[in-house]
Amino acid sequence: MSTVATRTVHALVLRTAGTNCDRETCLALERAGSRPDLKHVQELLDRPALLDAHSIFVVPGGFSYGDDLGAGRVLGFQIRSRLRETLERFVARGGLVLGVCNGFQVLVDTGLLEGPGVMRRERGLALDVNESGHFECRWVTLKAEASACAWLEPGELLPVPVAHGEGRFRVRDARVLERLKQNHQIALRYVRSDGSRAEYPDCPNGSVEEIAGICDPSGRVLGLMPHPERNLTPWNHPRWTRLGPRSEGEGLRFYRRMVETASALAK
Amino acid sequence: MSTVTAQPVQRARERLPEAWRVEVFRRPDLDDPDGVRALREFAELGARSITSARLGRGFLLSPKLERTSVEALVQELFADPVLDVARVTAPGQAPTIDRAVRHRVLVMRKPGVMDSVAQTIERTIARSTLAKSSDGAPIRALTYQAWELVGEVDPRELERVAKRVFANEVIEDLWIDREDVHFTLPDDHAVRPSVTVVLRDASDDELVRLSRQGCLSLTLLEMQEVRAHYRGLEREPSDCELETIAQTWSEHCKHKTFAGKIDFDGEHIENLFKDTIQRATRELAKPWCISVFKDNAGIVAFERAGETQWDVCFKVETHNHPSAIDPYGGAGTGIGGVIRDVLGVGLGAKPIANTDCFFVGPLDLEDARLPKGCMHPRRILRGVIAGVRDYGNRMGIPTVNGGVWVDPRYVGNPLVYAGTVGLLPRWAAEKSVAPGDVILCVGGRTGRDGIHGATFSSIELDEDSSVVSSSAVQIGDPITEKRVRDGLLRARDLRLYRGITDCGAGGLSSAVGEMSAECGARVHLERVPLKYPGLSPAEIWISEAQERMVLAVPPEHLDAIRAIFAAEDVDATPIGEFTDTKKLELFYGAQRVAELDLHFLHEGTPRPLRIARSTKRVESDPGAPPCANPGAALLALLASPNIASKEWIVRQYDHEVQGTSAIKALVGEREDGPGNGAVLQPLADSRAGVAIGCGANPRYGVLDPWAMASAAIDEALRNVVAVGGDPERTAILDNFSWGNCANPEQLGSLVLAARACYATSVAFGTPFISGKDSLNNEFRVGDEVISIPPTLLVSALAHVHDVAQCVTMDAKSAGNRVAQVGMTHGELGGSHYLAHVGQDGGRVPRPDLALAPKQLVALHRAIRAGLVRSVHDLSEGGLAVAAAEMAFAGRLGLELALSKVPTAELAPTYDANATRLFSESCTRFLVEVEERHVAAFEAAMKERDFAWLGSVTNTGRLIVRGVKGQTVVDLPVEELARAHRGGFAG
Repeated sequence: MSTVATRTVHALVLRTAGTNCDRETCLALERAGSRPDLKHVQELLDRPALLDAHSIFVVPGGFSYGDDLGAGRVLGFQIRSRLRETLERFVARGGLVLGVCNGFQVLVDTGLLEGPGVMRRERGLALDVNESGHFECRWVTLKAEASACAWLEPGELLPVPVAHGEGRFRVRDARVLERLKQNHQIALRYVRSDGSRAEYPDCPNGSVEEIAGICDPSGRVLGLMPHPERNLTPWNHPRWTRLGPRSEGEGLRFYRRMVETASALAK
Repeated sequence: MSTVTAQPVQRARERLPEAWRVEVFRRPDLDDPDGVRALREFAELGARSITSARLGRGFLLSPKLERTSVEALVQELFADPVLDVARVTAPGQAPTIDRAVRHRVLVMRKPGVMDSVAQTIERTIARSTLAKSSDGAPIRALTYQAWELVGEVDPRELERVAKRVFANEVIEDLWIDREDVHFTLPDDHAVRPSVTVVLRDASDDELVRLSRQGCLSLTLLEMQEVRAHYRGLEREPSDCELETIAQTWSEHCKHKTFAGKIDFDGEHIENLFKDTIQRATRELAKPWCISVFKDNAGIVAFERAGETQWDVCFKVETHNHPSAIDPYGGAGTGIGGVIRDVLGVGLGAKPIANTDCFFVGPLDLEDARLPKGCMHPRRILRGVIAGVRDYGNRMGIPTVNGGVWVDPRYVGNPLVYAGTVGLLPRWAAEKSVAPGDVILCVGGRTGRDGIHGATFSSIELDEDSSVVSSSAVQIGDPITEKRVRDGLLRARDLRLYRGITDCGAGGLSSAVGEMSAECGARVHLERVPLKYPGLSPAEIWISEAQERMVLAVPPEHLDAIRAIFAAEDVDATPIGEFTDTKKLELFYGAQRVAELDLHFLHEGTPRPLRIARSTKRVESDPGAPPCANPGAALLALLASPNIASKEWIVRQYDHEVQGTSAIKALVGEREDGPGNGAVLQPLADSRAGVAIGCGANPRYGVLDPWAMASAAIDEALRNVVAVGGDPERTAILDNFSWGNCANPEQLGSLVLAARACYATSVAFGTPFISGKDSLNNEFRVGDEVISIPPTLLVSALAHVHDVAQCVTMDAKSAGNRVAQVGMTHGELGGSHYLAHVGQDGGRVPRPDLALAPKQLVALHRAIRAGLVRSVHDLSEGGLAVAAAEMAFAGRLGLELALSKVPTAELAPTYDANATRLFSESCTRFLVEVEERHVAAFEAAMKERDFAWLGSVTNTGRLIVRGVKGQTVVDLPVEELARAHRGGFAG
């Protein structure tokens, strides 16, 4: 009998002042089969080489530094001014990067989603204040698009909660949107629960073309506003008492695929 | 044709700030949601000539910065490259304004009021190479808001609306069409030393004056006690000593009335609190009560998971007076404070859920009828919701349960309750302090904010309150509290400290005073980290600056714990040590500024006898007048503010963070059904849960305080049982908000309500584990005093054995049977139906204390046995509203027969249909059962009051037949849902 040596996937989960989804993010990564390693941003700034031992890097949700200067701005600044090259090398060697909610806002701010070397003033993507003008927490359905993303299954529907005030995906102009499409960067869209095109509130924030998540051109960096890590148990779903028996929350699949993909890429 | 001219921004003699100014606006082609909101509020105030409003985020920066540094800051930190445009103005210069802008309104926090954004800027700059000042000094920042308005408006009219829409003058200053904003710290003058107060020879009149002028809120009797104490010591008190006594003896900290001696209609009550609330818990002696009434919050056993026994704790606080004058800051610091309570329970609990309940004046009140000095209830409600939202969401704690109640008597004195549930390991349930331990002050810095909060909360509000008490208001900084939380729980698990408490009302004076009560303490006030210089020792000692905790740290752990907090960027400063002197000794440098005997401080409060009288209200009982059109009445009730959908509030709270949510506030096919209670699954490796619910009904309180209190407990229990909580493992919390209890009738109603709490708690076997009272909730306008209705909020925390067994309130499938559990009585006193038909008085619902507990247990067993598909409790609006909500939440029809409703014998003035539809009798539920479980459910409910009323249908209509078989309600569920969400929505 031959045994396949399975290498443990190590995931570095970043935290800083105001990070608040670290518990459920670590839980999701653990249940998906990886070993999460929660690190304060200061530790990573002091020792960027920490990332070498990991194949997944996650920026979880929260209100980093209170979002005091804009959603994700200060953490984005710390990363883009001191870790950008480290992260670009990490992605180039097959590492996966995930930003959820505030983590997505951080990734947009760093420019990492627009590919290597994009200057701040050339940036074309933004996450703006919700069209409703305020924070909203509700469950939505995501559809995985045929995209470059290394681990999403195209066509799959995923029920997840959103909880944000600034999640309206916007682009500088039509050319940027066109470029996203050409590069297959549109990874996730808000849809109605039957998969059809969503309007408010199924699309909770007024995002252009109901875009909920995008990946970088390599497909190894993904950012999305909704929280798959908040749908891990059969009882997280808001209508579970109306549904038949489920063995787990649908969000777990999302993380399991990511871990499997990281494991395969690392081989 | 009108001509557009350039705005001459700089007025004569205006002194422009010596600081760089940056204003960041959204790109002109993008809409501005803040501006849209402001325009809507302008329109509400009748100012329709303003056609556009846009908000600029303003920053003032040290003048010594190079222009290139300022531009780097703008590009890297202040402005988004896709969404924003920025305007940079050099020090001493006037900004260049777009020609279309007719007016500018600048809003800036008063000097010394928390500006967390400015702190973030200063920290970020200090830790980067982005910007340097020419003199190498640290770069200072302040923030402001710059509103730019288009449209002609009279200057006085502009001032009127700007003050209502843009600013709260309690904490903020406005500049209308002026540019001379300040760039200063609060008066940086020299430290005022500690002073002694001449007290020993003061006359009684002088004592009263001293108490009032010093905002001490001590009574003459108490001042006399203090005078006698210092006569005995043969010296005068210092200001620090007097302030410490005032804080410690305040109604807020000491609960002098509730724990005081009372003469109730000639009957002597030695201590009302001990005789009712505490007595119930003592007699029930539940082994799962781990720590009650002695700590920041009550602790009950939860569940063993792996090696660890876990407990949960719950605390609910009021923050009424601060919220009346600054709703946003008041509610935010209210939730911040109760979170710190939970962080300071035992050795610290992790906050896992927040609750909030608001009692406000009518949201549609005409402006002309608003009493002078009051904020409009709409503005108060929006403010408190935003305050809870911004604090709770940033802390990463799900806000899962709450309520809104509306009554005209809350106009001048709204009530804001905030609660937090925490999770902690059993080993952390107890704390101690040992002489020699270091007093470690952790968290935010101390400023002049919140001076006299404890004493302020103990006095009545009046039209000038917002002027005189601005220093009592604080602004919270949730991210500082989150940092403290992160460091604290790490230090706890490494067992680096022995004792902890939060700095709440009274600040350090209360925290250190409380912790040192059994031993003694020596504090060096000059070591306390300050936001700005100039605070006197007394100010440092009683400041209620937010986000601070006090720890007792064994000296050998000091370095380790400071390193942990340093890693989280949190100040942790040793400010003294605990001693065995039984004295509280304060120093400022070499000067001894206080030496207080701890026994006198904690036990010396005089206990005067207070007079209470029961009032016999003789009211005619209007019964239940017949209803010509029950359907129309039902639609009106669904839209009434207490019943109408709270979805617009719930959606603004992050109720999913931490990923533990199992039953949510909104449930059903479209997630718009008002759930009974919330359930969380706090541990990843256990299916046990906690259910959270609440009950209150101020309408009952005016008519019958005893019944009100009993019914509030019943409602809180219904809520948790209806989702799957175990009534035999449920703990409850009491939060009394009352009028002025110097009034014997007010105090009499408090006695009755407290006695009802005792009787009801014992009958249900649900102990009180924590509580709080806020008395003196009244508002004075001229000679008129508006007292709030007696308001008891009961919160319940129930154990859920397995979250998979939980149920929701939405109808599930056509064909299922529907039963009413519980008996309907002729109880419409304080009901929504009587209010709808314009009647007052009547018999207030109260639970049958012999039968109700059995009813809850039987229903709970049926739920756990899986016999039940949905459960909704009957409360405000009775059966009619419950049935409507159950139907539209499931987007299914219901067909019910009133002739089947279990009903007690009714007096002739009670119409048979109206009573069955709208009575608000306690301990009743609507229950949906599948056909295959009907027999088992009947067996489970044997000997209990219950009957089948009808069934779930697929018609999409609520059809109710009257006692004679005629159709009394026939409405599509979509219309019911529309009515329900048709109330005020922000």
